[in-house]
Amino acid sequence: MSKNIANKQMICNVLMEAAANDRDIVVLCSDSRGSASATPFFEKFPSQSVEVGIAEQDLVGISAGMARVGKRPFPMSPACFITARSYEQCKVDVAYSHTNVKLIGISGGVSYGALGMSHHSAQDIACMTSIPGMRVYLPSDCWQTRKLMEVMVKDNEPAYIRVGRNAVDPVYSEDDCPFEMDKATFIAEGTDVAIIACGEMVLYAKQAGEILRQKGISASVVDMYCLKPLDEDAIVKAAQNARAVVTVEEHSPFGGLGSEVARVLGEKCPRKMAVMSLPDAPVITGTSKEVFAYYGLTGEGIAKKAEGLLNG
Amino acid sequence: MAELNLKKLCWKLRENLLDIIMSGKGGHIGGDMSVVEALVEIYFRQMDVTPENFASGDHDHFVMSKGHSVEALYAVLAQKGFFPLGEVLEKFSRFGSPFIGHPNNKLPGIEMNSGALGHGLPVAVGMAIAERMNSSAHRVYVVMGDGEQAEGSVWEGAMAGANYRLDNLCALVDRNHLQISGNTEDVMALGDLHGKWASFGWHVIDVADGNDLAELHSAFEEARVVKGKPTVIISNSIKGKGSKIMENKASWHHHLPTQEEYREIMADLKAAEENA
Repeated sequence: MSKNIANKQMICNVLMEAAANDRDIVVLCSDSRGSASATPFFEKFPSQSVEVGIAEQDLVGISAGMARVGKRPFPMSPACFITARSYEQCKVDVAYSHTNVKLIGISGGVSYGALGMSHHSAQDIACMTSIPGMRVYLPSDCWQTRKLMEVMVKDNEPAYIRVGRNAVDPVYSEDDCPFEMDKATFIAEGTDVAIIACGEMVLYAKQAGEILRQKGISASVVDMYCLKPLDEDAIVKAAQNARAVVTVEEHSPFGGLGSEVARVLGEKCPRKMAVMSLPDAPVITGTSKEVFAYYGLTGEGIAKKAEGLLNG
Repeated sequence: MAELNLKKLCWKLRENLLDIIMSGKGGHIGGDMSVVEALVEIYFRQMDVTPENFASGDHDHFVMSKGHSVEALYAVLAQKGFFPLGEVLEKFSRFGSPFIGHPNNKLPGIEMNSGALGHGLPVAVGMAIAERMNSSAHRVYVVMGDGEQAEGSVWEGAMAGANYRLDNLCALVDRNHLQISGNTEDVMALGDLHGKWASFGWHVIDVADGNDLAELHSAFEEARVVKGKPTVIISNSIKGKGSKIMENKASWHHHLPTQEEYREIMADLKAAEENA
């Protein structure tokens, strides 16, 4: 069985496989090839690699221009910069101009830990999903990342993909990774509570489901890797079978998964609900795991929140 | 067919863009009028692009980075046959229209949406890199405003253009010296714009009269033979070119002419066309 690797490294692997057969696949970096794990791509495919230097607006604008001339650009840069620093380029040059650019945000969320709020991306789901025509994906582990990227190297629409910095424990396995494009994955189906998570939080949501099961509480666990287009049917399906819904995300409480799920449930299937997220404040200093634990974003923390909601 | 009299055409296009602005009750008339000769030179003597080859993508490329001068671009594209002028006059800025106040690529002939300043040069750099990867001879043109030079992203694109030695890229700065708040040197001084671009590694050509087709033509021809670096043409034009009531007045950045002003401007344009 293949080794578990960081999601960004899996992105590079898929891009290298695709680039061997498709000369239009291009990777662009903003002095970020090392942190993006894209160095092997730059070394193997120098004629399909573009370095733009520390200039993220340029990174996205150049990518859009290349796409307009038929290339399939994959700009890879820290999520905090490629979304916030380049936001207008993402909006105008990519989404509005409808160029086939796949924006890869690496080291997303609080991956950069102690580097502080300048390097955290806790606003990217909110800002990117609100751009018309921009798809937004937060895969949970390297195997789901592989499935997603195999679609991304072939389709022709703009998208933003956010992944974390470090290898994370897998949710799936190489041989068992159910995946349907733009459809959430039901990891477990239950009747008491639905836990809907995205990105690195899915692993903890899965753990919470197991903890709850041991306590006799039946939980659905939904991997909503597709923030946009959001799989609204999956949200309703999970909620219909449950008395309460918990959402979990590595993002601001504003405009992320919790907000979106609340919108859908409010319209279609009202349920008691809890939104678990990062705080609306600079996060405490620490590694990702330390930060998650501090804010209760763990299997135990999610299970406790779900129990409290059911008993409340 | 007789060869187009391009000098006359420039005045005709000014008449058309004035009518477009009047029909939609708004537009950026000052910068439209200053950039007409540059667009005519690019579209009628430099670029290989036609309604026939546009959809294939197999053509030269153009980005209107100073997107607010879209009325001039509409007049040029209509003349090139991408869409009828009558359709622009009927629909410009109307409810549900694709002919909006900035370029958008739902329309034939337009490759990139613009309007937010400082975007066009990086996009054009990307196009030029891609065409070179394809070993294509296609050239890339981008027109920027002079007020736009204050955008930092312009200079990110300038660095990349020189870094990649993009001699298939030619930029033009419509140097009409005015922006919405007044003279560029009072708002945010550009100072030695030639020196700035040269120091970024670009071949810089100053055009003393950016409303003179012959001068523009020789500048663009020079750009074609420059090797190893991109070219920028600093085209010293006159904002509001064509009518004494508008010329060199910042207040005409996006002023909608009154009926009386319309008649006066149109009379000036017709007279100039007659004499061209």
